[in-house]
Amino acid sequence: MKSKAARTRGDLLLEMRGLRIEGQSSDAWQEIVHGVDLTLRRGEVLGLIGESGAGKSTIGIAGMGFARPGCRITGGSIVFDGIDLRKASAETLRRLRGSRIAYVAQSAAAAFNPAHRLIDQYAETAVLHGISSRGAAERDGRALFKRLRLPDPDRIGERYPHQVSGGQLQRAMVAMAMACRPDLIVFDEPTTALDVTTQIEVLAAIQSVVREFHTAAIYISHDLAVVAQMADRIMVLRHGNLVEEGTASRLIEAPQQDYTRRLLAVRGHRKDEAAPTVDAPVLEIRGVSASYGGGVKVLEDVSIKVGRGRTVAVVGESGSGKSTTARVITGLLPPLAGEVLFNGEVLPPACGKRSRDQLRHIQMIYQMPDVALNPRQRIRDIIGRPLTFYLGMTGKTRDTRVRELLHLIELDPDEYIDRFPGELSGGQKQRICIARALAAEPEVIICDEVTSALDQLVAEEILKLLQRLQNELGVTYLFITHDLATVKAIADEIVVMLRGRVVQQGGRQEVLTPPNHPYTDLLLSSVPEMQVGWLEALLADRAARKARGEAVMESADQ
Amino acid sequence: MSRSAIKFLKSAPWSARFGMAVILFYVTLAVFAPLIAPYGETAIVGPRFDLWGEAHIFGTDNLGRDMLTRLIFGARNTIGIAFITTCLAFAIGGLAGLLAAAVGGWVDQALVTLVNNMMGIPQLIFALLILTITGTSIPVLIVVIAVLDSTRVFRLSRAVAMNIAVMDFVEVARLRGEGLWWIVTREILPNAMPPLVAEFGLRFCFVFLFISALSFLGLGIQPPTADWGSMVRENASLITFGDITPLLPAGAIALLTVGVNFVVDWFLHKTSGLRDEK
Repeated sequence: MKSKAARTRGDLLLEMRGLRIEGQSSDAWQEIVHGVDLTLRRGEVLGLIGESGAGKSTIGIAGMGFARPGCRITGGSIVFDGIDLRKASAETLRRLRGSRIAYVAQSAAAAFNPAHRLIDQYAETAVLHGISSRGAAERDGRALFKRLRLPDPDRIGERYPHQVSGGQLQRAMVAMAMACRPDLIVFDEPTTALDVTTQIEVLAAIQSVVREFHTAAIYISHDLAVVAQMADRIMVLRHGNLVEEGTASRLIEAPQQDYTRRLLAVRGHRKDEAAPTVDAPVLEIRGVSASYGGGVKVLEDVSIKVGRGRTVAVVGESGSGKSTTARVITGLLPPLAGEVLFNGEVLPPACGKRSRDQLRHIQMIYQMPDVALNPRQRIRDIIGRPLTFYLGMTGKTRDTRVRELLHLIELDPDEYIDRFPGELSGGQKQRICIARALAAEPEVIICDEVTSALDQLVAEEILKLLQRLQNELGVTYLFITHDLATVKAIADEIVVMLRGRVVQQGGRQEVLTPPNHPYTDLLLSSVPEMQVGWLEALLADRAARKARGEAVMESADQ
Repeated sequence: MSRSAIKFLKSAPWSARFGMAVILFYVTLAVFAPLIAPYGETAIVGPRFDLWGEAHIFGTDNLGRDMLTRLIFGARNTIGIAFITTCLAFAIGGLAGLLAAAVGGWVDQALVTLVNNMMGIPQLIFALLILTITGTSIPVLIVVIAVLDSTRVFRLSRAVAMNIAVMDFVEVARLRGEGLWWIVTREILPNAMPPLVAEFGLRFCFVFLFISALSFLGLGIQPPTADWGSMVRENASLITFGDITPLLPAGAIALLTVGVNFVVDWFLHKTSGLRDEK
């Protein structure tokens, strides 16, 4: 291992030339990365950005000389600090990985071994590579935990992975990657699975240690705003090709390619706030408390009113009870107390007790369109079933109506009506889910994180479609999401939830304009913005307000 | 559809093709047994334990019946009964498993407890016990083995259906207000099919071996009906004289078992989406 003094910034560290990678799909090999060049200098952070299928993870992992099972590197060269990784022996690669090249995965919960304590897993690599003794590694680990601002750094290492929160675990994993002070770390979507407020903590932690140790990094993400905070240079990828490359500021301020411009504009969509209605609310929940299996209450005294033809967004982070609220409304989870009213009439608590018509009026769209559609049914039957079930349509009339609905969601009926869900893309599947909900001719549609599993450009299309449908059909949406950008785009009213309680609700303008409840402000300020240096500015602002003695809420746990 | 089916079959490896050829061969024998067999099923056509020769290719058995004829009719009886039994076992066990998963709660608990208790008793001894009490007519044999075997099917179908029952599309159906029958047959069952079909092949082999074992013990298919298990027993004494004739029915059992397993392996491999990792 080189001494630290030899690690000067600016030397070439990793170079890939004409990288080609093939992936296996149903017995045939198909090229998924078509000759990409990549250079990375010491101490530099390179952002790889693109939608799913862009090949960004595949390229990032190839930087370690590795291809996932079902993938193979077929062309080009990968040279890491003078070592050709494609020709290197398994033994050489084994010695490099962990000690000089490290990897941080998207899901820390899946990457840690649940049977060992954090500090043991931290020390393992360093001891195994013969870099330090067990004791030294543990001391080093505690120091790193402290630097990454983990609570109680001296003792947190004694815990098992399930005993710390998701954001803490992700930071522990960054510490683990740093254990051998590698020259290169590959971050594969490290914050995608985290809540916005937690994301800030992890981003700040990654940024500080990467800068401090002059570690080069490849930062993979689909979120341009996040990458803009982390990377010096950004490569935009699409379908395994390089679209555009440039410094972060140049790319954000003056994108050259149309595709990059579209990625940048992705959060620009806004709707006009509808005027508040004077009618009685179409849907109302009053004083609802609920728990799973009689344990801890996940909802406490929640009351929400939803006006006809409006979009009410329920915002909160994981564990806030927003999805549970949806389950109470649909009757999947009968509440302990409180009631659900539809058009002023109290609904039976359990969905099994509700009449067919009551069920028809409240439809739901799910987060994962992949599992919300029966893979063994054709689109014709998926959309047709509610028509038969609720409206008694059969044969020709039903078929005509299915075609109308497909037309409404902008899919060509002739092409799609006989397909199976497996033959559609994620966005198209979500459109089918929307059509299925519309088929019942409901008054209220509950959208549970409907855009979270989709690529940003696709998500935007779905939001526009939902908006258009509301304008044309006058349906009411209850929009459950953790993504404030979505909320800003589509909501008329916003309900902010925290740990099973409503902390604030009101019109969009009112809630989005500070000052508000501290949690609302925290949530709003934590959404990454599309500008370089936003993260530093935010952290500096929070630190300054703290120094002035103001109460600053920094995480949902406080 | 048929074209894609042919393409699918063409992609099969040699082992699966061999298995399919074996199954096809056996099924042909079973269906056309009276046409193919040179003599009648129970006709005594020669001396006892006659040697292999032109009149009787595989010789004759302990009563002087033609061995080849008995083998061919044995295919019909043994495979036919095993097939019906497996179907019945799947109808009982599969449906109960899907119901247990879809309904949950005390229904699930009751079914699981019942099945666990039944599985606690060794299968062969349980079968011997019941068959001794009830007698050994073929319908009774089928029902007893099917019920005993359905416990295994129940475990599998319940486990598979459990994973499907929690998927969002099942929840969508529940929220729509669909009845239990629709949820089980339209939403869960089609998605549980691949593992169940694979299990069907395996289960068929087990049932088949089980019937043969029972026949060998004298409690299965009763003489004079030709059946491979009892044929092994009836002619077992020939082994002492170095005559391999009793191994013919045993070999017939082994070949079919291997053939079915080859096809099942391939099918499992296809449907589970397993890939060869290098």
